Amino acid sequence: MREAILAAFAIAGKDLRAELRSRTAIVSAMVFASLILVVFSFSRDPARLAPADLAPSALWITFAFAAMTALNRAFSVEREHAALDALLLAPIPRESIYLGKLLGNLAFVFAIEAVTLPLFAVFFNARIGASLGGLALTSVLATTGFVAVGTVFSAMTVRTRFAELMLPVLLLPFMIPPLIGAVQVTVRLFADRPLSEVVGWLRLLAVYDVVFVTLSLVVFPSVVDE
Amino acid sequence: MTSPSHPLEPGSRLTRVGMRIALLSLVALAAIYYVAIWRTPTEASQGFAQKIFYLHVPAAWNALLVFSVVGIVSALYLWLKDARLDHFAAAAAEVGVVFSAVMLTTGPLWGKPVWGAWWQWDARLTLTLFLFFLYVGYLSLRSALHDPAERARFSAVVAILGLVLVPFVHLSVYLFRTIHPLPVVLKPSAPSLPGSMLEVLLFSLAVHTLLALGFIVARYGLLRNEAARIGDGNG
Repeated sequence: MREAILAAFAIAGKDLRAELRSRTAIVSAMVFASLILVVFSFSRDPARLAPADLAPSALWITFAFAAMTALNRAFSVEREHAALDALLLAPIPRESIYLGKLLGNLAFVFAIEAVTLPLFAVFFNARIGASLGGLALTSVLATTGFVAVGTVFSAMTVRTRFAELMLPVLLLPFMIPPLIGAVQVTVRLFADRPLSEVVGWLRLLAVYDVVFVTLSLVVFPSVVDE
Repeated sequence: MTSPSHPLEPGSRLTRVGMRIALLSLVALAAIYYVAIWRTPTEASQGFAQKIFYLHVPAAWNALLVFSVVGIVSALYLWLKDARLDHFAAAAAEVGVVFSAVMLTTGPLWGKPVWGAWWQWDARLTLTLFLFFLYVGYLSLRSALHDPAERARFSAVVAILGLVLVPFVHLSVYLFRTIHPLPVVLKPSAPSLPGSMLEVLLFSLAVHTLLALGFIVARYGLLRNEAARIGDGNG
């Protein structure tokens, strides 16, 4: 058990080191997320819709699309030079590979979210200071759920011809429950509503995470084993 | 399951049986529509629009039933690795997409006169819309993969995750808001539907289910033939 978890951290560490050395993917993903925010700011009638009305959905759609770009590259890097085969030959459980990939993807997506959030506060004139703790918790809970499923799907879609298109088609339905929950919580956080109003949604997000991380651990070996 | 008549066409007999079941159901459906339109009472507040209920409800029932079957059969596939289970799941998924397309087109036709809008972001509508998208995605993933064993494993994973997704979509959209008519048949108290309407509906449900079964068996037979032709042992 301990070795399996250490192996997962080793894989996540490898992914992040590779990412930090080139920095191409993470920087492009951050620029991509910022551009979505800019597009959102202009995709409204300024006379009728205040930026604050659009803010929660703009934030979460930006996070969702940024996560998609991150997930698309998660297994495509392993495909080059058959690196995935080498990973599969390593004497570690398949579950460690999944967990390592999941942790690496989560770190990548959280990094994008951390950079996007201050930009979002500036563009949408949102007061995120007071609700920063709640926003961080919501982001972790909502992101973990769909990145867990996305990690399994990206391992499958790299084997198809239209990976960049196939992943969103499969993953977007799975993003609906986390996104609905996250937007509902964010709306209430921005309106300074009491925490008791969002506990139900946060609980739903947490259950989603537990169910889909567990299920993904169970089915992942079927994806990589011939 | 099959009694192969020809080594390269193990599914031909099944396809013929399936086509016969489907044809029989279609004839019965014509009779049901006649009775539903001319022989059942017209609903007081919804008027003639309510007649679509005899098509919409069975389509919805079958879509949900067939998609659940796909999820369960896919889980069995990952366990037993029998190619026939994969072919059955694929055949059922296709039929489920057709029935959910019927449900998603008849719903708005009824919604316009009764709700005053083609579409509402109601819990059940949204749930079935996402099920439809999920299985369209499932079918496009299948068509984007060439290795039969790989295609079987990947699509089984999608179907299993999809089965678990259903309660979450339903709960989150329900908490969002709901305006769909409440159940009139499957509910804790006795059905709140006049006898003649209930009879026609239940008969229509049964025949539509038979039609779905016929389609699935026919498609399953064709997929078996296809697999035999390309020598797909699969697993």
